[in-house]
Amino acid sequence: MATKTYIEAIREGMRDEMARDERVIVMGEDVGVKGGVFKATEGLHKEFGEMRVIDTPLAESAIVGVAIGAAINGLLPIAEIQFQDFIMPAVDQIISEAAKIRYRSNNDFHVPMVVRAPFGGGVHGALYHSQSMEAMFCHIPGLKVVVPSTPHDAKGLLRAAIRDPDPVLYFEHKRAYRLIKGEVPEGDYVEPIGKARVVSEGSDIAIFTYGLMTHFCADAAEKLGADGFSCEVVDLRTLRPLDRAQIVASARKCGKVLVVQEANLAVSIASEVAAIVAEDCFEYLDAPVMRLGGPEIPGVPFSPPLEEFYMLTPAKIETELRKLAAY
Amino acid sequence: MFRHMTRARVLDERMWVLNRQGRAPFVISCQGHEAAQVAFAMALRPGYDWVAPYYRDLAVTLVLGMTPRDHLLATMARAADPNSGARQMPAHYGCRRLNIITGGSPVATQVLHAAGAALASKVRGEDAVAFTSLGEGSTSEGDFHEGLNFAAVHHLPLITVVENNGFAISVPWDKQMPLKDVALRAQAYGMPGVIVDGGDPVGCYAAMKEAVERGRRGEGPTLIEAKVARLTPHSSDDDDRVYKTREALAEEKRLDCVVLFRQELEQSGVLAPGDAEEMRAEAMREVDKALQEAEASPLPAPESALLHVYGD
Repeated sequence: MATKTYIEAIREGMRDEMARDERVIVMGEDVGVKGGVFKATEGLHKEFGEMRVIDTPLAESAIVGVAIGAAINGLLPIAEIQFQDFIMPAVDQIISEAAKIRYRSNNDFHVPMVVRAPFGGGVHGALYHSQSMEAMFCHIPGLKVVVPSTPHDAKGLLRAAIRDPDPVLYFEHKRAYRLIKGEVPEGDYVEPIGKARVVSEGSDIAIFTYGLMTHFCADAAEKLGADGFSCEVVDLRTLRPLDRAQIVASARKCGKVLVVQEANLAVSIASEVAAIVAEDCFEYLDAPVMRLGGPEIPGVPFSPPLEEFYMLTPAKIETELRKLAAY
Repeated sequence: MFRHMTRARVLDERMWVLNRQGRAPFVISCQGHEAAQVAFAMALRPGYDWVAPYYRDLAVTLVLGMTPRDHLLATMARAADPNSGARQMPAHYGCRRLNIITGGSPVATQVLHAAGAALASKVRGEDAVAFTSLGEGSTSEGDFHEGLNFAAVHHLPLITVVENNGFAISVPWDKQMPLKDVALRAQAYGMPGVIVDGGDPVGCYAAMKEAVERGRRGEGPTLIEAKVARLTPHSSDDDDRVYKTREALAEEKRLDCVVLFRQELEQSGVLAPGDAEEMRAEAMREVDKALQEAEASPLPAPESALLHVYGD
């Protein structure tokens, strides 16, 4: 098995699917000749041509709205939004249109479309190149939301997203692009949407997380392990639908739960996981469910001390875990 | 052409009667737009070309192959409504068989769907065109601009029709735009812009036919503006007396496209005396039967509300 970066795995996922199925197209700003501002689509324009790798006008509603129409007429579009922060003009198309088209047509039409967008901070991107806005889409029936944390899952989940018959939002942590490396199998494999992954088994504290925070949580869990506390790290991978069965199983087994995310906590993934644990694991809990996330401020500020204040680190997670271990 | 216009008018009038009788909660009308809508739809290939209409396009859907029964099932909120299984309000058209793309309530979003359908046809090397329509008020939305610009940049076979009746619910055209003609904007998008008299079905057909042929030849999009009259309030929940004078409405009704086209056809001898009455009677019979069938058709089962959120 070859070791690849997270972004290489994403690129390979698109490339392999485009080679496998000529209905797959890629569209977005700078995805063509330039190969994307992060180089996620590098080489695709050359290999598949401008009819299938389309540089669009700088208009996010059009990128998604046109992808919806193309999906209805038989293509499998991958629409790239350059930064998740800039998805807002497309939200009407995503929520009012894509999410509702199967339902509102009584199953006559559906939208097999993927919207890819990089999210997350720690790259000096400030308010509008750092946000984690996944929670707002997870509220919407009709959408699926996936966030891979490893190159293996990045490729396997992207394949699953492209083959899925419904709109899938595929959010990539931009700091993971070149930071995270891992083994990626050869050949045609798919990681199922809706299934969490147990990163490391444990029995004292269940940690539920996703994206880059999966790696930070694994580091923090290792520190506690050295002191004899056993943490079960669960990478949620799919945020809608959440893998309720895995959340309940790990929470019941450990009796203590920490949910970690980069986004601020109000009405978030962590809120939903905590609610599931409260509903289904009450008798099994040895401590209140704890949540760790970003502060309730509108975005990640630019200046390094401000950004560092915002961002989680393995050390911050470790501190929280020790509080929970001592409860 | 006149038969289609008559059929749409009769069906539309019946829907209003049902509403005023308390039998239908919501009606939105095509009255005054029939000539343009019939002409535009007749220039398309049903089930081959793609259509993203708006809520006023009853006559468009009828010409393409939907039926009064289909729409009365929607009006009466019946499970068999082919548009949406009565999940949506009436006049939110959709029909897989005829490539009529399901529409929602936010306006102008469908322009992008039509552009996307046109893109897919182009990618596959087909000569299908995509048709979308909207009111002049909806041209204020960003999606109208984004759709036309996208279609122009990528030379897509998209025909965008603006049915300009001068009012967006109550707001007159001059509070939407400083220039009276939407079609002038076509120049800025680098595509032909055509203004047609929406009361003249033959002129509308000729303009549409040319736009369709341009699209099929790969020569890109066209913007068509049809100047029409809205002979009813915006919907059954609106009262147009607040913003439209009775004199203005009377003048619009004097120029009613169904009445004028009938006169023209009778004067030129295309219609014999009595033909128009017979067409109207025929449409009434069809609508009567359709209404009986719709009323006899079951409502959706409550728990069916949970179906079809996802495909797997």
